[in-house]
Amino acid sequence: MSAERKNEDIVRYAPAMRINHWLVAISFVLLALSGLALFHPSLFWLSALFGGGPWTRILHPFIGLVMVLAFVVLGATLWRYNHLEARDWAWLRRARDVVGNREDRLPEVGRYNAGQKLLFHLIVLCLAGLLLSGIVMWRAYFAFYFPVDVIRFASLLHAFCATVLICAIVVHIYAAIWVKGSMRAMTRGTVSRGWAWKHHRAWFRQVMRGGERE
Amino acid sequence: MALQSLDIVRRSATTLPEPQVRGAHTGQVAKLIDVSKCIGCKACQVACMEWNDLRDEVGSCTGHYDNPADLSAHSWTLMRFAEYENPKGDLEWLIRKDGCMHCADPGCLKACPSPGAIVQYANGIVDFHEENCIGCGYCVTGCPFDVPRISKQDKKAYKCTLCSDRVAVGLEPACVKTCPTGAIVFGTKEDMHQHAAERIEDLKSRGFEQAGLYDPAGVGGTHVMYVLHHADQPQLYSGLPEQPRISAMVGLWKGMAKPLGLLAILATAAAGFLHYIGIGPNETDEHDEEAARRELEKTP
Amino acid sequence: MTNHWVDIKNADLILIMGGNAAEAHPCGFKWVTEAKAHNKARLIVVDPRFTRSASVADVYAPIRTGTDIVFLGGLINYLLANDTIQREYVVNYTDLSFIVKDAFAFADGLYSGYDAAKRSYDKSSWDYALGEDGYVRTDPTLTDPRCVYNLLKQHYARYTPEMVERVCGTPKDKVLQIWDMIASTATPTRAMTIMYALGWTQHSIGSQMIRTGAMVQLLLGNIGVAGGGMNALRGHSNIQGLTDLGLMSNLLPGYMTLPNEKEQDFEAYIVARAPKPLRPNQLSYWQNYRKFFVSFMKAWWGDAATADNRWAFDYLPKLDKPYDMLQAYELMRQGKMNGYLCQGFNPLAAAPNKAKLTEAFSRLKYLVIMDPLATETSEFWKNHGALNDVDASAIQTEVFRLPTTCFAEENGSLTNSSRWLQWHWKGAEPPGEARSDLEIMAGLFLRLRALYRKDGGAFADPIVNLTWKYAQPHSPAPEELAREYSGGALKDLADPKDPTKVMRKAGEQLAGFAELRDDGSTASGCWIFCGAWGPTGNLMARRDNADPTGIGQTLNWAWAWPANRRVLYNRASCDPSGKPFNPQRALVAWNGSAWGGADVPDFVAGENPAGGMGPFIMNPEGVARFFARAGMAEGPFPEHYEPFETPLAANPLNPGQAQALNNPAARVFADDLAAFGKADQFPHVATTYRLTEHFHYWTKHVRLNAIVQPEQFVEIGAALADALGIGNGSRVRVVSNRGHIEAVAMVTKRIKPLTIEGKVVHTVGIPIHWGFLGVAKPGFLANTLTPFVGDANTQTPEFKSFLVRVEKV
Ligand SMILES: Nc1nc2c(c(=O)[nH]1)N[C@H]1C(S)=C(S)[C@@H](COP(=O)(O)OP(=O)(O)OC[C@H]3O[C@@H](n4cnc5c(=O)[nH]c(N)nc54)[C@H](O)[C@@H]3O)O[C@H]1N2
Ligand SMILES: Nc1nc2c(c(=O)[nH]1)N[C@H]1C(S)=C(S)[C@@H](COP(=O)(O)OP(=O)(O)OC[C@H]3O[C@@H](n4cnc5c(=O)[nH]c(N)nc54)[C@H](O)[C@@H]3O)O[C@H]1N2
Ligand code: HEM
Ligand code: HEM
Ligand code: SF4
Ligand code: SF4
Ligand code: SF4
Ligand code: SF4
Ligand code: SF4
Ligand SMILES: [Mo]
Repeated sequence: MSAERKNEDIVRYAPAMRINHWLVAISFVLLALSGLALFHPSLFWLSALFGGGPWTRILHPFIGLVMVLAFVVLGATLWRYNHLEARDWAWLRRARDVVGNREDRLPEVGRYNAGQKLLFHLIVLCLAGLLLSGIVMWRAYFAFYFPVDVIRFASLLHAFCATVLICAIVVHIYAAIWVKGSMRAMTRGTVSRGWAWKHHRAWFRQVMRGGERE
Repeated sequence: MALQSLDIVRRSATTLPEPQVRGAHTGQVAKLIDVSKCIGCKACQVACMEWNDLRDEVGSCTGHYDNPADLSAHSWTLMRFAEYENPKGDLEWLIRKDGCMHCADPGCLKACPSPGAIVQYANGIVDFHEENCIGCGYCVTGCPFDVPRISKQDKKAYKCTLCSDRVAVGLEPACVKTCPTGAIVFGTKEDMHQHAAERIEDLKSRGFEQAGLYDPAGVGGTHVMYVLHHADQPQLYSGLPEQPRISAMVGLWKGMAKPLGLLAILATAAAGFLHYIGIGPNETDEHDEEAARRELEKTP
Repeated sequence: MTNHWVDIKNADLILIMGGNAAEAHPCGFKWVTEAKAHNKARLIVVDPRFTRSASVADVYAPIRTGTDIVFLGGLINYLLANDTIQREYVVNYTDLSFIVKDAFAFADGLYSGYDAAKRSYDKSSWDYALGEDGYVRTDPTLTDPRCVYNLLKQHYARYTPEMVERVCGTPKDKVLQIWDMIASTATPTRAMTIMYALGWTQHSIGSQMIRTGAMVQLLLGNIGVAGGGMNALRGHSNIQGLTDLGLMSNLLPGYMTLPNEKEQDFEAYIVARAPKPLRPNQLSYWQNYRKFFVSFMKAWWGDAATADNRWAFDYLPKLDKPYDMLQAYELMRQGKMNGYLCQGFNPLAAAPNKAKLTEAFSRLKYLVIMDPLATETSEFWKNHGALNDVDASAIQTEVFRLPTTCFAEENGSLTNSSRWLQWHWKGAEPPGEARSDLEIMAGLFLRLRALYRKDGGAFADPIVNLTWKYAQPHSPAPEELAREYSGGALKDLADPKDPTKVMRKAGEQLAGFAELRDDGSTASGCWIFCGAWGPTGNLMARRDNADPTGIGQTLNWAWAWPANRRVLYNRASCDPSGKPFNPQRALVAWNGSAWGGADVPDFVAGENPAGGMGPFIMNPEGVARFFARAGMAEGPFPEHYEPFETPLAANPLNPGQAQALNNPAARVFADDLAAFGKADQFPHVATTYRLTEHFHYWTKHVRLNAIVQPEQFVEIGAALADALGIGNGSRVRVVSNRGHIEAVAMVTKRIKPLTIEGKVVHTVGIPIHWGFLGVAKPGFLANTLTPFVGDANTQTPEFKSFLVRVEKV
């Protein structure tokens, strides 16, 4: 740990990374709201948030592109931390302990735990699915290039991926609330040593050895 | 008169039932297109453009009589010409007036996410209300007949209205009015069934044993029906679907997927909430900080 | 039409041949669908192309263009050989029993009296043999070898089903199937109607094709009956009215004819046109010619036409030759005609051989166009790239364009194919500076008359004396003209039955042509229209479609010439005793004292059938003619001749006679003869025609029409397309010996290759509607390709058969 550090916190996300993440997060919220407005009649009122139905229809895919682009950057940077390793499987097998807050019974975790990694891959998959299907469905520019059955499939796929993604992100958000101190990582960029030690001990050690910054 | 009713009985993207009290007790409307009488003169097409004030682009010749080449936001109906050599070796030129079928169970309406952009009247007409249309194009996906078209200019969906504006004041649709041969007739669905029966008998007497009415049950029947010489092979008529029904994918998407999807999301959120109040947050305490510090000291 | 549109619903069988009713007459075609739907009628279409009419037909058969006489001649042979003719009808109502002069002969495709140098006949031998009594000799047993029946039989014996297949390319089984169906209408209770138009008229032997069709109908007893007839589907909305009013270079109104150069003598002129009956107790209605003629001359020249000046007979031009449109363009090209008024006509687009037309117009001093639109003719001098590749600087013609109103912007009557004069009312105000044709013509006339009055001139009388009694001389009202052509009394007319009574007061409108007189006391601009605007007013404006008998005889709807009669020759719908052949569809009947019924009888109202008067009252014989006498240019019986551009080297019916390859009596100008193409260079047979979506050359200015048929195309069969490697939708060039066009290729199964005399002949279909002006995609004028030759009787150009070569672009 370098001397110039005033406090004992560990930097987890540089500012650029955080901006990137929040860009993804905000666009996700907008997408979910706009998408759900179209998904179910009982939620059509959500379209009012975007200036009415047509604006919702116009904005949603563009926001989708923003989100995808932003996520590509985020995901590319974080890709290498999200490889699943042998110990991740052991971690997963102890899911009950994860849920029960009994971290002492879990194998040591690196920068991200297996749950986060899985979620990461799920997000990648869903976004890829949403991007592809979204483009096929995009009436104004692309839909007419595709046969109607492809569009029908895309619509189904899009709705499916969206649902899965929304559930995943709900889990993700909840995790941020549940695991206290996580939020700071994405707001201030830092986590406490204790947080790192408790939740990502392997990563903590690595950082302490000066192996990894950020 | 029920024929003139503009009471809305179904509305897109609406969860509660619409007024049902005033039914079409004297019969719903139907337009019957007798393909065996049609001479492909396109008068109906022109009448549609005139009544509805539509002017498509002047296109080009693509080697077919079908002009414009396809339905568009400006062409709500068009004649499709198909050359068919029958098993006897004789040529038949099957000319079908294409356009909205006004399905009893309209896939377009089912697919539409915007409340009131597509409505069904008590008399059976399926109408698009462009002021509510958001231009998503789901109706295109929902329609088993490939009918709705989204305008490039205003991004709204358009299709044949069955001249709901004329029917509402007791007139027949413009295309019906114009058809010089009487190939298109309009009236109650029941009357049209009867008329069709006579026509089918006539066609059978001319050797078209498979003559029949096209009123496909898969979409609950239609309010635009065809008399076909070859009712057993509707696809001969420029690909008229044999057993049209709302695509299973659309059915799933617009059926189960919606409640299940919402449920899944709510369930996930609820699970989180319950976890939080049941098990509670996973906090880092002084003990952890201590452990971290110790750990640090151990490292070189 | 002998019958009328609505009457088609009464037919049991409909033959559309030489026309494409569904496409060119879609509204009238509804009566075909009615007949099919409610009368179990069957529809037959015979056309080189599988058309929209064919699309709703029960039987379709292809035919090589220009060979219909072979098909129908074969049918005549078939009907006679099987004796499927309506015997009672033909024996009593036609000339089958009439004996023909001995001098009349036919050999090797030529009739007696041919002069090859003049390309015309001395027709003196083409007549019946007269007996001592001055009447034609007859043999009701039909056994005399010189009776028309036997001559007819002999003539068409060569027209076998095999010959039909060889010449027409129509498969023999289809031929026989169709003939069988047609033969079924020989019984009195079944009727066939024939609907034809340009597919028959636009051939160098067009008139004879129509005659052959009419002969078939006579044999079957289908003329004069409900659901029968020879029904010419006319063209422009008022083209029937145009011919009725005599707007042909050789006609006067009401099918009276202009005198020719040799007819300087008034009496001789009348006598030649008012023939005495050729059989006892026949009406020979044209004997009234003098009344029609005098009344007409009074309508035109009023007080200036007097008995003393032979009713101004000298005012009429005496023709040295026909001045049809082909003649006119030939004269222009030769520099002999140097001014042209072109009113509601687009000849550059409409007449054959555009290159010749361009040359002809380029030699004019002035060309006046009266048209609501810019026409190709009005821009013939302007370069439009490949579509009109002319050098404007080399053309000195001064072109004037006078914008006119169009029919929808004025009141007036239109006469449809049914001979109904239907009054119509202005639908819109004319735009801009447009003036009606009437105003423009009136302006022209008044200026000319003023000049003649002031300065005099060679023979000014016909112009300065022309009647011009309109309230506004510069703008005659359509109503005034209608009253004028219908006609009125000039003096108080005494009732012939009771001379003390006045039947019509001076100035009163007449009720019909029976009231016309030859003493100058009546005036009628067109005798057949007499009564259209009668004493009770404008009958053309009637709109009562009540149909009391249910057979479509709506006598109170508008007004039909002659005398509001809807079915011509309707007396022939009854047997000789006056009883309807088919009581189910009775038109008229003799009730013991008078004729009457659903129609106005085409007969003398009180004429007892026992008197033996024939139903064809316009003919001096009282019966219909199989033997045309001198009526036709090329012979009394139709004979097949090949089109002037033919894929064949010899006429299969007369292979030994070179002069009989093409119509021996057709007029051909020398340079046009040279411009005909030969089959070795131009192997494909072309025909031109209409599409429902356009009306000639002017709806391409209309957005709606352009939308539904935007771009020029030609139709070629799949076999030819394969052979030439032409893909559907690609561009092709079509070349004739007179020029070429380029268009989109429409490759279709609807045109089949035909096997003619053992060799495969491909047909190329060329819609006529495109040109270089308008909102549709610019295209070539189809008439760049067509030959400059016409029918020998009418000079209608041979637009329907010529040779081309199709090339891949
Ligand atoms: N939509 C539309 N309607 C019109 C017009 C128009 O321009 N557009 N024009 C009007 C006018 S002025 C006229 S005169 C009429 C003409 O009416 P039609 O005569 O019916 O029209 P066309 O298309 O010129 O030719 C008719 C058919 O003749 C066929 N044909 C060619 N040669 C032969 C032959 O040798 N034998 C037989 N059996 N058939 C042959 C052609 O294939 C074509 O299908 O239409 C009138 N109606
Ligand atoms: N190759 C080929 N050529 C053909 C034919 C064919 O079948 N094949 N068919 C022939 C036949 S049957 C015909 S009838 C001709 C048609 O040839 P046209 O008669 O030359 O053709 P349209 O285009 O009908 O021309 C009529 C003109 O009248 C103008 N018009 C309309 N209303 C009025 C009015 O009230 N007053 C005046 N002054 N003008 C008016 C229109 O603008 C138009 O320019 O074509 C002939 N040419
Ligand atoms: C990747 C880029 C994306 C594109 C191009 C895209 C495009 C679309 C399009 C074209 C539609 C149809 C409605 C419209 O035209 O507006 C749509 C609907 C929808 N989108 Fe997206 N989208 C994207 C991303 C997302 C994301 C990330 C979500 C998740 C929250 C999402 C959720 C939805 C939902 C729920 C619907 C409504 C589906 C339905 O009605 O069944 N989309 N999207
Ligand atoms: C909207 C509310 C969101 C909140 C409150 C939130 C919160 C957080 C927090 C606290 C972290 C840090 C966790 C850690 O470092 O261990 C994080 C990480 C991350 N977040 Fe979010 N996030 C939100 C939305 C999203 C969305 C919509 C996405 C992408 C679709 C996303 C993708 C990520 C990724 C990829 C990481 C890194 C973890 C990994 O790679 O496994 N976040 N988020
Ligand atoms: S107007 Fe009638 S006949 Fe003409 S194309 Fe339409 S349906 Fe067919
Ligand atoms: S485009 Fe179609 S589905 Fe979408 S809102 Fe408009 S009508 Fe409804
Ligand atoms: S045909 Fe298509 S657009 Fe018309 S009602 Fe049926 S589903 Fe809707
Ligand atoms: S019913 Fe009306 S809107 Fe529909 S095709 Fe006919 S004219 Fe057009
Ligand atoms: S001219 Fe008019 S009435 Fe005649 S067929 Fe054409 S559209 Fe119908
Ligand atoms: Mo014509």
